[in-house]
Formats: sequence, C-alpha cells, structure tokens
Amino acid sequence: MRAALARASLQRHPLRTTLAVLGVAVSAAMLLDMVMLSTGMQVSFRALLVRQGFELRLTPKGTLPFDTEARIAGASAAESVLRTLPGVTDISPVLGSTLHILRGEGAVAVFALGIRPAVQGDYALEAGHDASAADAVVANSAFLERTGYQVGDTISVAAGYDAQLRTYTGRRRVVLAGRARFLYLASAQAAAAVPLKTLQAMLGGADADRVSLLMLRTRPGIDVEALRASIERAIPRTTAIATADAVRSVEERLSYFRQLALILGTISLLVGFLLVTTLVTVSVQERLGELAVMRAIGVSRAHIAQQVMLEGLVISVLGTGLGLGLGLVTADYLNQILRAFPGLPAAIDFFVFEAQAAYRSLALLVATAVLAGGFPAWRAASLPIAATLRTEAVS
Amino acid sequence: MTNAAPPLLRARNLARDYPFAGESVHAVRDVTLEIKEGEYCAIVGPSGCGKSSLLNLLGAIDRPTRGTVEIRGRDVSGMREREATSFRLHNIGFVFQRFYLMPMLSARENIELPMAEAGMPRRERRERAQSLLAYVGLGARVNHRPSQLSGGEQQRVAIARALANRPALLLADEPTGELDLHTGREMIALFEQLNADGTTIVVVTHDEALAGAARRVIHMVDGRIVSDVANEHPPQGQSSP
Repeated sequence: MRAALARASLQRHPLRTTLAVLGVAVSAAMLLDMVMLSTGMQVSFRALLVRQGFELRLTPKGTLPFDTEARIAGASAAESVLRTLPGVTDISPVLGSTLHILRGEGAVAVFALGIRPAVQGDYALEAGHDASAADAVVANSAFLERTGYQVGDTISVAAGYDAQLRTYTGRRRVVLAGRARFLYLASAQAAAAVPLKTLQAMLGGADADRVSLLMLRTRPGIDVEALRASIERAIPRTTAIATADAVRSVEERLSYFRQLALILGTISLLVGFLLVTTLVTVSVQERLGELAVMRAIGVSRAHIAQQVMLEGLVISVLGTGLGLGLGLVTADYLNQILRAFPGLPAAIDFFVFEAQAAYRSLALLVATAVLAGGFPAWRAASLPIAATLRTEAVS
Repeated sequence: MTNAAPPLLRARNLARDYPFAGESVHAVRDVTLEIKEGEYCAIVGPSGCGKSSLLNLLGAIDRPTRGTVEIRGRDVSGMREREATSFRLHNIGFVFQRFYLMPMLSARENIELPMAEAGMPRRERRERAQSLLAYVGLGARVNHRPSQLSGGEQQRVAIARALANRPALLLADEPTGELDLHTGREMIALFEQLNADGTTIVVVTHDEALAGAARRVIHMVDGRIVSDVANEHPPQGQSSP
C-alpha cells in the first residue's frame, strides 16, 4: 500500500515528477561524466604505456621520450649492455625522424619512426603487411590522405634535405606495405614506420647508430626499480624511466582534473539532493491534510516516512537510470571534441567508463537523493495531527 | 435498577489549553462525560466552543492538558504516540468534514488503506472494502476515484473507510458540513443505519437535522458542557441507503 501511495503521489503531478526525474538525470549524467573524466585520462595513459608490455624506457639523459631531438649514441653498444642485464627479455629501439615523401617536383614531410618490426610497440597494423623487409614501410591514414598513395605502391622517400644543394639526401625507393594506427601520435599527424636499420642508413653519418628511445620488456616478477637503477649505472648517458613512475608522473600532472571533477561531482550531488528535497517537500506541503488524516486513522509515523522516502527513491532511481544513458552519450560526444585537439595521441581518451567507479558514484547519488527525502519524510511523519487538521479546516 | 455495564468511553476533568499570542486559550474546560456502547451522541454548540477540540481528545489524536480519556477501560490520553496510533487504527473510526480521501486511489483502495495498515490480507480487505462500499450504497463505484464521485459519495467512502477495521467508536466532525441539504439528509440516514446496526457514534455538528437525529445531544459553550440531554424524539424510519 505504501508503494501504491508513493506511486499515486508521484502520478498526481506527472509534469512535475517528470521534470524532477529529468533534473536528477542531468545531475547523474554530470556526476558520471566527472567520474569518467577524473579517471579517464589516467586510465587511458596507463593503458597506453603498458599496452605493449614495456616496463622501462631509456631516453637520452634528462629527457622524456621524443621530448627533444636528442638521441642515444652508440645504440648497438647500449643494446649489447642491456642484454647482459638479468631480467631484460626484449629490447625495442625507436628512432624518430622526418621522412620526405617525394612526388614529382614536390615532397611531403611526415614523421617517421625507425622500428624493429618484431618487437615494436608504436603502432597497430590495420591493413596489409608489416615493415618486415628492408624496403618496406607502413603508414597511417593521414599519410595516405596527404600523399595520395595506397598500400602496395612503391614510393620514393628521403631522410633529409640539403638546402645549399637543394637536393634530398638519403633517398630510397620503398614499398608501402601496410596501413597502421600509431598509438602515441595524433591521428591527424601523417606518419610512417620503416625498419630501424633502413632509417639509420638513410640518415647516415653519426645517426647510423643512434636511436631516440629504447623500450624494454622485463621478466615477470623482476624488481623493475632495481633494474632501472642498474641500467642508469651501466649506461650513464641515458635516463631509464619505469612505466609505473611514468604513470605516477602522469597521474600527478592530471591531479587538477581529479580536483575539478571532484568539485563538479560534489555540485552534482548537491543539486540532486536539493532537487529531491524541494520536490518531495513541496509534495508533502500540499497534502498536509491528507497526511494528518492518515495519521489520525492509524497509519504509523514509520509508514508515512517510508512512503515519502519511497517517492524520493523512485525519482532518484529513475533519474539515475536515465542519467546513466545521458552521461554516456554526453561523454562520448565530449570525448570526440577533446580528442580532436592537435597533438594528442590517438589512443588517448578523456572519458573512460569504468563500471565500478561509475556505479559506485551513481549509487552515491541514489543514496544522497534518498537521504534528501529524509527531511520531508520526517516532517510528514511528525505532523501534529490535531493542529494540522485545525489549520487545514480554517484554510 | 442500574446499568452495570462499563461505559465505552469515559472522560474525566478534561481540559485542553492552546498557547496563542503569549496567552493560553482554554479550548476545553473541565469536561467529564461518559458514552455507552451503542450510543449516538451529537456535540453541538457555537463555533469556537471547543467541540472539535473535545472530539480530537476523545479520539486520541490530541493530548489533554489535564484530565483523562478512557476507551474500553484503557487510558488513551496517557498512551505513547505509537501506542495511540495503533489504538486509533483498531478502535476508532474518523469521518471529517472535508472527506480527505486519497485522490489518486480508488474508492476501494481508500477503504483498504486502514485495513492494509492493520495487516489484513489483500484478498480479505478487498472483499471487506467491496462489502462496505455496498453497505454505504456505492457498490457500483468501487473503482472510481474521489474526483469522479460527488461530495455525498465521497463522504460515504470516508464513512466506509472509518468502518474498515470494525471500530468500537465512530467519531465524525461536521460530516454534513460540505454537503447540500439533500445529500446531508442521506448522510443522516446513513448514520442512523450505522447506529441501528450497533455502531457507537459521536458526531460534532452545526447541522440541526443531524443533531436532531442523535439519541443524545451535548451542548457546549466556551469549552464547557452546559447541557447533556437525551433526545426523546429522534426521527424514525429514515430509509437506509
């Protein structure tokens, strides 16, 4: 009967109830989006850094990967040293450079990565073949769009341009073997990957044995921090960065996102709380006479309170359910806008749905909204019966 | 020869004061009365004389400032709130001037409300609600909502609701106050029928016809009972609905 009365009360003013549910839905959607935003970039960065299983990254001393154009000289020797260290299972060298795609009189400059295909962790192949052969290259969609080439085409490339001689240096004919998505690059950035040896040979000179980055996989259970320290001792010209440290560093840099999300999420909860309190209080206020009569005919205080709180619960559950869908749609839309910012890695998401965090926050909203029914419920249950009936009779 | 049966209701030295503008308003002053099982009693008097306040005290929805109210030998004026609520649920039926039906519930559901509160099984309360609606002449209006019923019909539903848990005492506060003359007469007939069927009724009213139908008339002035007389010639032969 309490459920029937609560339902009846909500159905009495369908427009008001609908607006309240929508209000809670907006509040829930905002809360969900804030939770997704607060965890999204962290989760996304962590996933990006650990997805290929590389636990350590070696960069030129004092730099971050591709932070500067500095390179690790004597890459072969460094690699040899690394192989002697216990716990290192795979080494993936990466050399970042610019590749000129020659076409007729002109050329298109693209970002190029020299990689070792068998252990590379920079791209995911989408079509065609990997750059396994010395004259093979894989490129992303932006590359294909900008150059007009297709997978299977043989193209002329150059590693540099001599401005004095007005000629391209380190020229080579390569086959466009496949299309790939580069994980750490913006999707709009035209990029290609060629075998490391090929790119080093094209660059020539000192760069013939240089790399920008060395990524290391380690044996499970190894003390990564100890290994990191021993690498820096063995190869002093490099900085070894553990993925866990990088993740921690990213999390620290993103802490303001969490603070922002916390503030806006708290505001969402407050809005939901006030909305339900206001609506249910108004609902109670306009039926004081009915509630007093219910008390008079023997309905207990507890049952009156339960009925009123049930109204708040129904509004909050319906609103939260609706808000879940609304929040996901909004997050997807906002994510698309934010991902279009130039320079961001294609694999980065700002809004990531993590079920446990999302459901926990939405459960918090429901609990808050139910609590919001507490005041009107207390007010309804503690009405002085005779005085209320007298006031109602006079009015 | 004396009647040894204890009264259904006994009020002793009942008083109810209300604070108002820094002073104390004496709504009920030193009222002592007894009501026997099966009585039909009307409380009359000018507006503000304390009729409704007295009814609230008799029905345990208000606490007296002084004095006691006993119903079936139990002191309801000293009961805790929870106990008084339960007592009202099982022993007292209330009818109000403004009906106060739940607008989104049907006539049957309104009547079921106190039965559900008392824990009566759904099927049993549904059957009783339907038979009560038939009793008050609304057997064909079971699923109508209050807004689909006339004032007289709503008051009949309210009476059926008051009878739901077979109360020992039916208290009515101006039950014909919102009804036209014709509907009011129908209500008077219904009260007579209820009393004839054994329900003890105390009604507060300004309606001379309703008071005239009662077997006993208590006159109040300024919070006190100034006369308490048997009505020697209540109208007879009203047709029950």
